[in-house]
Amino acid sequence: MNTKEYIASGILELYIAGALSEKENEEVYAAIQKNPELLEEVESIEKAILQLTAAAKKDNTYSFNAIADKLLVQEPKVIPISKPKTNWSLLSGWAAAVIFGSALIYTVIQNSNLKTQIAAEKQQLEEQIDKASNSLAETEKLIEIFRDKNIISVPLAGQKVSPTSYAKVYWDKKTNSIYLDAKGLPEPPKGKVYQVWSLKLSPLTPTSLGTLDTFTADANKIFTITNANESEAFGITLEPAGGSVSPNLEQLYTLGAVAS
Amino acid sequence: MNLELLIDRFQKKDVSAYEKLYNMYCDSISGVVHTIVKNDNVAQEITQDVFIKAWNKSESYSSKKGRFFTWILNIARNAAIDYTRSKKFKQSKQNLNADFFVDILETSRNLDSETDAIGLKEFVTKLGDKCKAIIELLYFKGFTQKEASEQLEIPIGTIKTRNRTCIGELRTMLQV
Repeated sequence: MNTKEYIASGILELYIAGALSEKENEEVYAAIQKNPELLEEVESIEKAILQLTAAAKKDNTYSFNAIADKLLVQEPKVIPISKPKTNWSLLSGWAAAVIFGSALIYTVIQNSNLKTQIAAEKQQLEEQIDKASNSLAETEKLIEIFRDKNIISVPLAGQKVSPTSYAKVYWDKKTNSIYLDAKGLPEPPKGKVYQVWSLKLSPLTPTSLGTLDTFTADANKIFTITNANESEAFGITLEPAGGSVSPNLEQLYTLGAVAS
Repeated sequence: MNLELLIDRFQKKDVSAYEKLYNMYCDSISGVVHTIVKNDNVAQEITQDVFIKAWNKSESYSSKKGRFFTWILNIARNAAIDYTRSKKFKQSKQNLNADFFVDILETSRNLDSETDAIGLKEFVTKLGDKCKAIIELLYFKGFTQKEASEQLEIPIGTIKTRNRTCIGELRTMLQV
């Protein structure tokens, strides 16, 4: 189709009227771009239509000023819609709330753990204090005994079987009790037991005061033994478990005479 | 100033460029709107709305889609037709008597362009009824070829050529 035929087809009149499809509009636009003759024709048609339509207006020309203000007023109204802003203060608020919440939960858990731990420790401590006060009472009792001027102190020296052994007897004649400190004796061999003897020297008469059955288990190795004898010396022998009627002097560990 | 340049500046929200475009097309747009709504005050209101609307959606115009005049003509016809579908319009319908744009031309009280209008009226009345009808539908009412062919009960192929002939007659009278 040449330019003349294209113009004669009437497509350009419809182009101005807006009666063509989108595709046809683009085709006409492309044709106009290539051919100045077509553009000239389009402008002439548009001019005719402009005059025709303008003649149909009723009043004087409406002033541009009537809308100019509205253009500038409406402009800022449009801008905020096209600009969705991130609400940082809201976001940071939520973030802070989440962090604070997590921290709070963590603290509560930690607190409850600590409480349990403290309760356990407290119980342990109470037990220790209880033990300590018990042993303190015992120690105080012993100190009291040792300081008593009426108590006779009898050191027992090591003998041939065990020269490094030693022991000490504190004899309270008023209560007929002896307190034997046996810390200086070795652990007795299995199946053997130490036996404590009260001795009269002339003639040599041993009287058994009993065996130290709890020697290994006893922590301070201080034993309270009843003694109503008029003892002149104290000795400790190693005897078979259960003790003997008379001491085995070959196994005499320590011996000490009461000072007169 | 070059039309393309004016449109480019208008799309960059240049008010003074838009004022020039407004002055080029305002009379035509108000004429089309008036032909549809047939009420002076309403025509003025709608015409102003059309130009505000065009300003606010200036980025949607592309020369590839058609002439700038055609773009704004479409906005105007749609706005005016929307109004005719409103309750307000239906209530005021009893005052209407003019049907063709030609009748509008005949009753025009325009003082500024009185001479033009009178001259144009003479030209238009010389156009045949067939031409008046097809121009009315395609330019003032925004009918498609198919809609116009159904309305006028003529083959769709005839619309294009008959319109070409009618616009040709008009151009001869207007010497454009």
